Amino acid sequence: MSLYAHEIPGGAAWSTPVRAGRLVTLTALGDDANCSTLIVGADRVDRMNIPDTLKAQMSARILPPMVLMSDRGLALASVVASSLDWHDCLGGFGHDAHLARFGPSSYQADRNEWRRSAHTGLVTELTKHGLGERDLHAPVNFFSRVSIGEDGSSLSFAPGHSVAGDTVTLRTEQDVLIVVSTAPHPMSVAAYAPAGVRVTVDTAPVVGPDDASYVFRAESARALEMTRRAVA
Amino acid sequence: MTAVHTSPAVAAGPAGNPANGPVHDATIGSGDGALVRVPAGGRLRIVDLFGNQAADTLLYDADDIDNRYSAFDTIREQGAVFLTTGSRLLSTRLDELAVITDDTVGRHDTIGGACAQESNVIRYGEHVRHQHACRQTFLAYGAAAGIGQRELGHNINFFMNVPVTSAGGLQFDDGLSAPGKYVELTASRDIWVLLSNCPQLNNPCNGWDPTPLQLLGWWS
Repeated sequence: MSLYAHEIPGGAAWSTPVRAGRLVTLTALGDDANCSTLIVGADRVDRMNIPDTLKAQMSARILPPMVLMSDRGLALASVVASSLDWHDCLGGFGHDAHLARFGPSSYQADRNEWRRSAHTGLVTELTKHGLGERDLHAPVNFFSRVSIGEDGSSLSFAPGHSVAGDTVTLRTEQDVLIVVSTAPHPMSVAAYAPAGVRVTVDTAPVVGPDDASYVFRAESARALEMTRRAVA
Repeated sequence: MTAVHTSPAVAAGPAGNPANGPVHDATIGSGDGALVRVPAGGRLRIVDLFGNQAADTLLYDADDIDNRYSAFDTIREQGAVFLTTGSRLLSTRLDELAVITDDTVGRHDTIGGACAQESNVIRYGEHVRHQHACRQTFLAYGAAAGIGQRELGHNINFFMNVPVTSAGGLQFDDGLSAPGKYVELTASRDIWVLLSNCPQLNNPCNGWDPTPLQLLGWWS
């Protein structure tokens, strides 16, 4: 049914261009998956901007039907469905320093189980597309939840938030580059066993005026309208 | 309505060093910006002269501007959403760029981002398209250090109040600052500090009336 599917093992990184008007579904292949995700616009300069996305839609988490917005005020993708109502966008990506607790790892010792961080994986994948470290913006950590105490002085990672089979589906609103890492969330204290993620790409149905992302908030509708103009 | 602004209060030197006058003393006019190179160990104070003014701030390793302030690395590693005295301001490589060593306000936002012409359109509508915005100021002042669009990361909003709830909500409230309150950074390495004195007229972050900021620096 789908145009194609691809499985990313846990602890890996991957990037793919996706054309406008596609449904990209991420499916967790194990419990406690984490999929640190960057999205870059059609021109490969305009990046997903988490602060703009959050303040325009008055939310500190990602959930349907939010629109993922860019530096330039465009819609990159809409979150059209998910089995979870909370995807983290405050925790940032994991660094090599966060993997130190698992002990040393090298290709010599571990071959393709060599542990590398989301930071390393995302920069490597960005570089393949002519981008790099300076293009790093905050990711969405799909399948993870980081909540905040009422006083703002405590961030807590929720273990067990996602289980095998959980899904999130994005609808691409323009041609995008999607860059993902399945390395562990930097705040997770679990043993090293990152779950893989299946990516399926389908053709999205034509969007009508009653589309949930369009009617969610005036801000969401304006971002989608600005994108419609940009690709008109 | 235009508020009447009286002259800035005379700033005292940092605690423990009261006799030393600042080597850098500049006023950033309403809606304007600044780029300041602060050497390792140098102290830069940002004074909210008239209160309720948002100071949108980016930091860069002066030796490598790709090594820039990272809002979400900073809040995760300190385990708190807000910045205040003691907050270590970390880079995208987890290097410490600066530490907040004094703060008379109590807390500052770093997840709300900076206003842009484009995000203003999304938030308020097409009629605000040509209003001035912080990211215009960042680009204008950052150019001298090679800071362009791709080098802009997620910034700090000193003096700004963006409460986040445990239920995942987010809102903008009136600032907690007041005339003369300030925040002081001590540079952990040679850094660029890029500031936009926010010109935002559409939400309460500036009390609806952008006012000047003062920068005071002590270093040798």
